[in-house]
Amino acid sequence: MTTNATDATQNLPSSHFYVREHHPEQGTLLGFWLYLMSDCLLFAALFATYALLSHSYAGGPSGADIFDLPLVALNTGFLLVSSITFGFAMLQMQLKRVNGTLLWLGITGLLGAAFIGLELYEFSHLLGEGFGPQRSAFLTAFFALVGTHGLHVSFGIIWIIVIMVQVKRFGLTTDNSRRLMCLSMFWHFLDVVWIGVFTFVYLMGVLQ
Amino acid sequence: MQDKTDLTSLIFGRLSLESIPYHEPILVVTFIIAALAGAAVFGFITYKGFWGALWRDWITSIDHKKIGIMYIIMAFIMLLRGFSDALMMRAQQAMAFGGSEGFLPPEHYDQLFTVHGVIMIFFVAMPMIVGIMNFVVPLQLGTRDVAFPFLNNFSFWMTAAGAGLVMVSLFVGEFGKTGWLAFPPLSGIEGSPGVGVDYYIWSLQIAGVGTLLSGVNFMVTIIKNRAPGMTLMRMPIFTWTALCTNILIVVSFPVLTVVLAMLSMDRMLGTHFFTNDMGGNMMMYVNLIWIWGHPEVYILILPAFGVFSEVVATFSGKRLFGYSSMVYATIVITVLSYLVWLHHFFTMGAGASVNAFFGITTMIISIPTGAKLFNWLFTMYRGRIRFELPMMWTVSFMVTFTLGGMTGVLLAVPPADFVLHNSLFLIAHFHNVIIGGVLFGMFAAINYWFPKAFGYKLDDYWGKWSFWLWTVGFYAAFMPLYVLGLMGVTRRMNHFDDGSLQIWFVIAAIGALLILGGIIASIIQFVVSYRRRDELRDHTGDVWNGRTLEWSTSSPPPQYNFAFTPVVYDNDSWTDMKKHGYERPREGFVPIHMPKNTAAGFVLAMIAAACGFGLIWHMWLLVGASFIGLIGGIIIHTFNYNRDYHIPAEDVTRIENERSQQLDRYA
Amino acid sequence: MLFPRLRYGLALFPLTLLGGCGMVVMDPSGDIASQQADLIIVSTLLMLIVIVPVIFLTFFFAWRYRKNNKAATYHPEWDHSTKLELVIWGVPLLIIIALGLITWISTHKLDPYRPLDRIDINQPLAADHKPLTVQVVSLDWKWLFIYPEQGVASVNELVTPIDTPIRFHITSADMMNSFYIPALAGQIYSMPGMQTTLNAVINDPGEYQGFSANYSGAGFSDMRFKYHGVSADKFDAWVQKAKQQGGTLNRPEYLELAQPSESTPVTYYNSVAPDLYHAILNRCVVEGKMCMDQMMMMGKGDGEMADGTMKHGEKQKHGDAPAEK
Repeated sequence: MTTNATDATQNLPSSHFYVREHHPEQGTLLGFWLYLMSDCLLFAALFATYALLSHSYAGGPSGADIFDLPLVALNTGFLLVSSITFGFAMLQMQLKRVNGTLLWLGITGLLGAAFIGLELYEFSHLLGEGFGPQRSAFLTAFFALVGTHGLHVSFGIIWIIVIMVQVKRFGLTTDNSRRLMCLSMFWHFLDVVWIGVFTFVYLMGVLQ
Repeated sequence: MQDKTDLTSLIFGRLSLESIPYHEPILVVTFIIAALAGAAVFGFITYKGFWGALWRDWITSIDHKKIGIMYIIMAFIMLLRGFSDALMMRAQQAMAFGGSEGFLPPEHYDQLFTVHGVIMIFFVAMPMIVGIMNFVVPLQLGTRDVAFPFLNNFSFWMTAAGAGLVMVSLFVGEFGKTGWLAFPPLSGIEGSPGVGVDYYIWSLQIAGVGTLLSGVNFMVTIIKNRAPGMTLMRMPIFTWTALCTNILIVVSFPVLTVVLAMLSMDRMLGTHFFTNDMGGNMMMYVNLIWIWGHPEVYILILPAFGVFSEVVATFSGKRLFGYSSMVYATIVITVLSYLVWLHHFFTMGAGASVNAFFGITTMIISIPTGAKLFNWLFTMYRGRIRFELPMMWTVSFMVTFTLGGMTGVLLAVPPADFVLHNSLFLIAHFHNVIIGGVLFGMFAAINYWFPKAFGYKLDDYWGKWSFWLWTVGFYAAFMPLYVLGLMGVTRRMNHFDDGSLQIWFVIAAIGALLILGGIIASIIQFVVSYRRRDELRDHTGDVWNGRTLEWSTSSPPPQYNFAFTPVVYDNDSWTDMKKHGYERPREGFVPIHMPKNTAAGFVLAMIAAACGFGLIWHMWLLVGASFIGLIGGIIIHTFNYNRDYHIPAEDVTRIENERSQQLDRYA
Repeated sequence: MLFPRLRYGLALFPLTLLGGCGMVVMDPSGDIASQQADLIIVSTLLMLIVIVPVIFLTFFFAWRYRKNNKAATYHPEWDHSTKLELVIWGVPLLIIIALGLITWISTHKLDPYRPLDRIDINQPLAADHKPLTVQVVSLDWKWLFIYPEQGVASVNELVTPIDTPIRFHITSADMMNSFYIPALAGQIYSMPGMQTTLNAVINDPGEYQGFSANYSGAGFSDMRFKYHGVSADKFDAWVQKAKQQGGTLNRPEYLELAQPSESTPVTYYNSVAPDLYHAILNRCVVEGKMCMDQMMMMGKGDGEMADGTMKHGEKQKHGDAPAEK
């Protein structure tokens, strides 16, 4: 079992056992990715809940009754395009172009805001019809899943604004670039989750 | 929901003078004692002028060693609270027979068993293991701090904020009366209209954020910050178990967050996740919370296994037997812990095949666990065992935990579980593994690493008192519960009709008193050790003839842990270094890059606690203000780019020279 | 089980000794509970094969290899042995294979949903021996037992004839409880809007304890009832007594009964509204409230998950719940 490189008997120079300068690898991106995986599980739990409750209409409406598919498709478009524009922002970042980065980040943020706006419109419409989360377990699960995603996007928008200010003030420093990479992961992650929501909740809801 | 939205209810929500339990003598006395103790501590700190030092060196510290120590101190304080709850329950059950209702009405008693469970798991066991990991893991990895030091401080204060909310519930309002997992429909708004369940939800949510972040932090630390040469298969076993535990934390805590959020939505917004009507499904809660809850058990026990592995190898003076089989056993347990959650509710009526599947997966876990036990045994085999305190706790663990494991496998057989579920047999079983496993492990760890943290050993005499009182007390307190379980006595009973049971409860209460003696002995142990610190001083930094890197630095370690980063060739790297006549470098020191202290973690956690308090009492103004404060605080914190500094080479040289002189003097 | 009535043959086994002094779980009076007790003993013995050596070796090694014993071998570098590793992993594995097999078989055999196939170890069940149905409702904090075939009901007293299979259908008004008579058979949860089933038989006449084994609020400790296993004649007499002494149990009486109360005295009912149990199960006792099964018919979904029946487990067992008439 002793797989050590050193032989047991002889003395070795002590310098063999230390290095004067050692900088561990930067762990932020890995850490953020791990956080996203835990977030992913959070969504997994919400998806599971939705799967379980998605037919518990309690005499209330079903997905097919209330989903406005064209509207949601438009919304999906906003979010998908915003992922692409975030990609452009990252390209600009790699070219060290502050203004280009800011421009694309701004567009991404606006698309995100449009997404949230449409989602809020959808929610308020449903609430107006009396189909709030209190109406049935199905609607409870629906609002929880879609709402949690919306909350994430809203925080993403706040984050975009904050980072735009920071890039503007401090430039594309190492720190800011790293933060942008984290935000980029976050934004694409939300996109992926939304694809799940769109397919699983809206498309399958309407098909039934 | 609120009918009145006038100013008073906006500010005070549900809180009124009636919420203060001034008519409960027990609570009033407790409050007076707590207030006096608090005033004494406050006065002492002020008198000594320690506030500045406390703030600079501890509260805002991002040094993993200090954070680790703070976690353990907090765990000890909470242990006193959780244990006094246990004593009261034991007293109640020993008294309440044959028409006597005891001294605790259900109103109070039901809170006690709830808060006992919550505190012991979330605010004693969790902080204890996270504290030990904090202190030990970076040292074992040969690194200078965790990957995200600020986050580490924030995690600690979030955990402390959650603990604080639980403590506040004692004097302002009430805690849940639902049992520690707060199953609906009992925990729903109709079953529990008061603030008790809300205290439960928000204290766990806030502490849970801290735990999750520290899970991410430690995973990254272990993956990225290992000393050069330390491949995964050269990591000390404790670090391995810490890695697996943190993986479990990252994978399971989001589920707890979701399930508690859903419960609070049911309570606050009138949604229907777990309600009886409108399509809600309470079984979903039970499933989800145990999907978190079962891995949680392994989150607690795995680091304890790691501690025993370190201790048994060190005190047997021998390499750990079967290092790789130990690692694989840990990994197998980690994976399997996700496939067993249903064994907590076989009696819910799932089909026989489902029950049998989960029963068998549960049993399979006993195979790697058994392998671990044998590995410790064969580490002792052909060793030279020194029976210092950590080793005594380890031997006691090996016997006690084996029994607890056996009753656990028994409970995994579904038809047996049908007669033992929710009985005192179950209570005896999980205390058997949590006290005999986790708690004994933490005592072994504290006795083992205390000299590393403070530079002097813990007093042996009182340590042995603590050990024997705990061990004997444990058997006296819980063996009767096994018997009672087989007599068909169920858990959470407030009083009993059958007088023939009383003798067993009296024995159990005596056992609890012995454990009280054990706790007092360990407090005396700390005090005596502090007063005898010069006699007990360790000048070498390697008091036990240790095998892993933490023993290669001084005790207590300097702020930067290692002046130069060690290079690793073997899994017992410090033994390897000693064997080759290693001498520590005495010159050529360079500046060391370190993170700066920050108050951000503390401030944010306190705002989070205020937000939680507002949510509990429906104080919407406070909720709004503190939520905005939280988001604003985080944003402001991100504008701080100036987060690190260099310890000048001269300072490093000075510190290292002092150590050299000390080593020479005592050589 | 594999070794019938094993526990009587094992005088050395401490559980058996203690069984004499009130260990109802180890010395029950119903066939199902007896098999469960046997299972506990068989599993324990099987595990002791490895537990005893481990505990013995712990003490032995601790003593043998203590620091002061210079006579003992000391091999600081010895840390691996393939043979030992095989034993370490192999022996627990073999035991778990055996135990897993026992688990698989016994879990199916003692599944509470499975109709009985014997009265006790010596008496098979006659084909025409129809089980007695009892509908059990847990209320805050008392038990309601409805005998649909006899048309009577009782609160906090359960009486059944010995050597007759009993089929309990169990639900709850609002809280989750667990229906448990240790002398008769293992417990099963009672849950609102859902139905669980327990098949059991009592073999010895006597008075036994029944209670809720799942905490359900302030009055939980007194949520106990007496269970009487009696001869067929006495059971008929008891039904007659209920018919004579009891009042009627219609929806208004039920709603009043369902109000939280503690230490509720034994009460009899001589007639029960025929759809009452169905209404309790489908949460529509209150006049005008829609029953869950109806509600599900209206919804667009197939209603299978939504009706609140068991999420896992086999459908034919649970799917029948809301349709129960």
